[in-house]
Amino acid sequence: MTWQLGRLAAAAVLALGVSATASAQTFRYAFQGDAQSLDPHGLNETFTLGFLGNVYEGLAAYDADLNLIPALAESWEVLSPTKWRFKLRRGVKFHNGNPFTADDVIFSWKRTLTEGSDQKVRGGLISDITKIDDYTIEVETPSPTPTLVRELVWLYIMDEEWAVANGATEAESPKSAETSGKFASLNANGTGPFVIESREPDVKTVFKRAPSYWKEIRSNVQEVVFTPVSQDATRVAALISGELDLAYPIPVQDWDRLEAADGVSPLTGPEARTIFLGMDQARDELLYSDIKGKNPFKDVRVRRAFAHAIDLEAIRKKVMRGASTPTGLMVAPQVNGFNPELNTPYAYDPELAKKLLAEAGYPDGFEVTMDCPNNRYVNDERICQAVAAMLAKVGIEVDVLAQPKSKYFAKVLAQNDYDTSFYLLGWTPGSMDAHNVLQNLLSCRNKETRAGLFNLGGYCNPRVDELTAQIAAETDPDRRQALIDEAFAIHKEEVGHIPLHQQPLSWGVRDGVTVAQRADNVLDFRNVVLP
Amino acid sequence: MAEQLRRPWPRGMIGRLLDSDLFYSFSRSPVTVLAALVTAVMMGAAAFAPWVAPHTPFDLATLDLLDAFLPPAWMPDGDPRYLLGTDDQGRDVLSTIIYGARVSLLVGFAAVFLAMFLGVALGLVSGYMGGMVDAVIMRIADVQLSFPTILIALLIDGVARGLLPRDMHEEMAIYVLIFAIGISGWVQYARTVRGSTLVEKRKEYVQAAQVIGIRPWLIMLRHVLPNVMGPVLVIGTIHLAIAIITEATLSFLGVGVPATQPSLGTLIRIGNDFLFSGEWWITIFPGAALAILVLSVNLLGDWLRDALNPKLR
Repeated sequence: MTWQLGRLAAAAVLALGVSATASAQTFRYAFQGDAQSLDPHGLNETFTLGFLGNVYEGLAAYDADLNLIPALAESWEVLSPTKWRFKLRRGVKFHNGNPFTADDVIFSWKRTLTEGSDQKVRGGLISDITKIDDYTIEVETPSPTPTLVRELVWLYIMDEEWAVANGATEAESPKSAETSGKFASLNANGTGPFVIESREPDVKTVFKRAPSYWKEIRSNVQEVVFTPVSQDATRVAALISGELDLAYPIPVQDWDRLEAADGVSPLTGPEARTIFLGMDQARDELLYSDIKGKNPFKDVRVRRAFAHAIDLEAIRKKVMRGASTPTGLMVAPQVNGFNPELNTPYAYDPELAKKLLAEAGYPDGFEVTMDCPNNRYVNDERICQAVAAMLAKVGIEVDVLAQPKSKYFAKVLAQNDYDTSFYLLGWTPGSMDAHNVLQNLLSCRNKETRAGLFNLGGYCNPRVDELTAQIAAETDPDRRQALIDEAFAIHKEEVGHIPLHQQPLSWGVRDGVTVAQRADNVLDFRNVVLP
Repeated sequence: MAEQLRRPWPRGMIGRLLDSDLFYSFSRSPVTVLAALVTAVMMGAAAFAPWVAPHTPFDLATLDLLDAFLPPAWMPDGDPRYLLGTDDQGRDVLSTIIYGARVSLLVGFAAVFLAMFLGVALGLVSGYMGGMVDAVIMRIADVQLSFPTILIALLIDGVARGLLPRDMHEEMAIYVLIFAIGISGWVQYARTVRGSTLVEKRKEYVQAAQVIGIRPWLIMLRHVLPNVMGPVLVIGTIHLAIAIITEATLSFLGVGVPATQPSLGTLIRIGNDFLFSGEWWITIFPGAALAILVLSVNLLGDWLRDALNPKLR
């Protein structure tokens, strides 16, 4: 008990101390969940990587407008389609004082290929790295990869000496009980502008400005306090009451409330994430349906009927409060390869949907279970419920199984053998290029090349695969765009997925605080300026 | 002979009821009459929901998303088809309340009966047998009493969910809830019944029954039980209110019934998301319905306790 009291007193003193310096340059912000680990190779998730991007860095980076800029590499050149030379930046030091050299790059790449790594897809883009000298490397790729540097933005560089000294040479996965909680999951040592001063997982993380950083940045922030707040209402209330400088996501229905409140405003914009529906087209019989012996989704007429039965405009107006952009493509306008001509959604036409279902042999519809996350995307569960009601009108009985994201992903992803018949998913291509989408979502599933890893419905057209391979190697922008257009047109004609919309970015910011809202929903402290 | 021994039945059940002390005290208390009326109306509406409710809110084919977020009929943008407005999916709030009360009451009654059955049985055995049996049962009761009811219910709910396969959660949710709330409430019954049993057991009629060799369980059931049931009914009524609140709390916390067959607690949880964005009717009306229902049942329970308490006459 006394121990408890002592801890409380210490916490109170600490809180006082923090609030005393708060007026200096402390930036306080909240997100709906915590970073899952401090290991930069443990989890390939946008929030965790964005969070760690303030401490660790890759060879390249994105600026406030998502333009590719040099980071730990000063420059790069393409020697041949499969060979790149990177000039590394001199004079960069890790937070523990060790200099950054080519050995650290090679070590970090090898680390992404170890057992616990969730960055194997990125590591696998490279077949070998040769050290020319301490500040020059040559990178070989197994096949031509024009988007290599964009993918390397998310492959963070770790200090080899530090990792070896602390037994952290293997990536530590937060998904596995054996490795979570080991050294690199709890400690960080990067080259970024901030260091982690203290961290209590799921409670609070405090960042301090690193004593020196190799680059001039806009930010005047000296300290960052991050608190995960899972309840939407609590997060909004904390922002309005002045406990936070920034909170995200803000539920779309609370935008008006933030407008009306003093001293805070909603900061919104289009996110590069596309929300879509997928259908199991691979199995011969659906896992969760009353149709036995065959799979209705194998019939393109059924998939087309689904697409025409969903009223995207109603979802935009009522579920998303006018804040989403209905879409007909699997990529957002910010993504390289987007073509506005192909972006017209399937028309809302329930009569046509009924006719198509009748033609396909299901005049009375059928039953199917829909998997849906309930805390991953903006209003995800409500979208699923609305879709279920719309499909009910054409006779399809949809059972919505909405679960928290940890359970949802554990059920539907490759690790669980794609255990779903009908699902809702969202995707932001990390490289901001259409090839990432074609490769991960639209290619036939292939265990060896890891293509189609997130193609949960198993859509498969060899021609799309062929085009994807050509797009990977094509360097001429016009010819590349034509190939991308052809692939997306085939996919659209065959209704491989049903794109719904791009969801809005929804942040709440204290007046006077300047931040850059990137379309990939990453908060970069380098762009935060306090008044 | 047999004819003469049986008491005459002069004016029928209803006449007897109207003539009783209980009814006299009832009719003299306007608050109680009102509470009884409200309870009867709500229970009636819930029981006959498919005929009473203006819409069937859980038939997806009748929903139109474009009808979502309509305010109550008397407000500027209201629609006369939806008296209390609509929720985020275009469901009629009044109808969801009527169907929701059905689930709430079903869980409440079933949980009370389960708790009553368990509590009375254990209390009888405990009081009548005494000794080790009594000590064990009452110590378990003491331990359980030292925890708040909601905590016990949460614990049982969590364990039950852990034991069941995941895809059965939705369909089993109601039974799990009934079980959890029932188990968490048996102690009150057991303690009361045990106390009364201890008193009754020393009376001559029980001793006489023992002397002529009637088996203990028969004595408990035939002779002791009818004489200890009065207070049990009072506890039962008050417990019904508590059970409904417990169910609403669990559903509000998200561990109760699923959104596909919502109770009042689930409706309040769903509406809570919209409370600050101006759509207050989605949560206020189910909340008010819950408050009125629980208040009425509580008032009835209080009156029953007073009316049956000889000391207060």
